[in-house]
Amino acid sequence: MRDVAVIGAGLTRFGERWEHGLRELIAEAGMQAIMDANIESKDIQIVYGSTMASGRFVGQEHLAALLADQMGFKNVPAVRVENACASGGSAVRQGYIAVASGMYDIAVIGGVEKMTDVTTAEATTALGGAGDQEWELAQGITFPGLYALIANRHMHEYKTTEEQMASVAVKNHRNAIKNKYAQFHKEITIDEVLKSKIVSDPLKVLDCSPISDGAAVIVLAPLESAKKYNDTPIKIAASAQASDTLALADRDSLTELKATRLAGRDAYAKARLKPTDINVAEVHDCFTIAEILAMEDLDFYGKGKAAKAIEDGETEINGKISINTSGGLKGCGHPVGATGVKQIAEIVTQLRGEAGERQVAGAEVGLTHNVGGSGATAVVHILNRVN
Amino acid sequence: MERASASLWRRINERYNLVGNKCENCGRIYFPKRIVCRQCGRKTKMTETKLSGNGKVYAVTKIRVPAQAFKDSAPYTVAVVELEEGPRVEGHVVDAGNGEVKIGTKVHSVFRKMHADGEEGLIYYHFKFEPV
Ligand SMILES: [Zn+2]
Repeated sequence: MRDVAVIGAGLTRFGERWEHGLRELIAEAGMQAIMDANIESKDIQIVYGSTMASGRFVGQEHLAALLADQMGFKNVPAVRVENACASGGSAVRQGYIAVASGMYDIAVIGGVEKMTDVTTAEATTALGGAGDQEWELAQGITFPGLYALIANRHMHEYKTTEEQMASVAVKNHRNAIKNKYAQFHKEITIDEVLKSKIVSDPLKVLDCSPISDGAAVIVLAPLESAKKYNDTPIKIAASAQASDTLALADRDSLTELKATRLAGRDAYAKARLKPTDINVAEVHDCFTIAEILAMEDLDFYGKGKAAKAIEDGETEINGKISINTSGGLKGCGHPVGATGVKQIAEIVTQLRGEAGERQVAGAEVGLTHNVGGSGATAVVHILNRVN
Repeated sequence: MERASASLWRRINERYNLVGNKCENCGRIYFPKRIVCRQCGRKTKMTETKLSGNGKVYAVTKIRVPAQAFKDSAPYTVAVVELEEGPRVEGHVVDAGNGEVKIGTKVHSVFRKMHADGEEGLIYYHFKFEPV
């Protein structure tokens, strides 16, 4: 195994992109990524394409070959990776394995989702497929419904409040204002979150990440040759992943995502780092309660301690640990298949020191955390600056 | 969520009668049924077992923005119910009257209509829960 670095990243603006289809989105992000990596199309040896439900959203399967072709990478091997909302992170991990193994030198990972061509009810149904179709979706238990059950139990066990959950959304919207790729550029208040329409008690519209279009692309290379392409390659110090039951009811605990816990601890061990070494992290805040769980399950806070810390501002940019500087899924948007790749792009931007107004001072080590479904998949990457 | 009727029929015993299974090797009871015991792997020895349907609410929510097939029944209350035999199951909670369904509320299973594929389509039935 050899060390792997991210040498390029590209994003589209997230949000309702009615003027662009799936293929234009990926081409836009792909072009940026290869310019950023300072490589030619012919240098690309393999492509991993991630999308959760392009078949449901736009009727298009066989995505990886389409993405590779649209990005201008002729005839390269291309593989689609689908792991629900963790498709992007899982695809990054496959690219990492391909380069680390020595089988390929330059790998491109492109994540995309085009979600706004369908109605909210159709999108809700498509996303419901991330849970257990036979025992959750078939009973009309939606995705927000699953996280609402988690929130209900977390409030019961740890006295977590709706205000504390709302503070996650407020923070992430505030961060998104400083990100030109973000879906939302509007500050919101705790009161607005609490008064927004209830989706599934206790979660309101403003506790939920939005339906979004968007794409994200990164380029990986062996660390030993990365400087050839890029002055500030960012090393992938660890790549870890775990799975769990699809159905929420089958898990021992509803208030801990065990897959996150296991992937996180594996990643810290592989990188030989502790949670306190992380300066900046993009965690999977598909719902506000999910960010609270992530902060606990990634060992940044003890169980039941994260909600108050977030409310107290400890996870603001340049706080004790800077969380979701991009705006997260909540503020930046959540084009499902793109999200896990975008998280890597944001950490790369931070570690290069190129995040402008949202820059975390002296950021050396970053982490990404991407969850599929209600926690049946978790992927954690740790990245660091190479000095 | 229109599905082929075979996917309905093959689960009827579970969905109508709350039949799960038990691993005779370790004693663990599963609902829904599994072929392979999560603890025993190749030593799994499963037999069917009918569950009492008695349990208590472990977590609960009221879904107000429904999935497509449930747009006429929203809002509906959904819970994770811990059955007295051990397994937890997800299901609707109905007929709560004005009483609040909350964590700890005792429930038992009932047989109810779940939804229909349009006015003349297949009607789906399922166990649901009702406060005791
Ligand atoms: Zn067993």
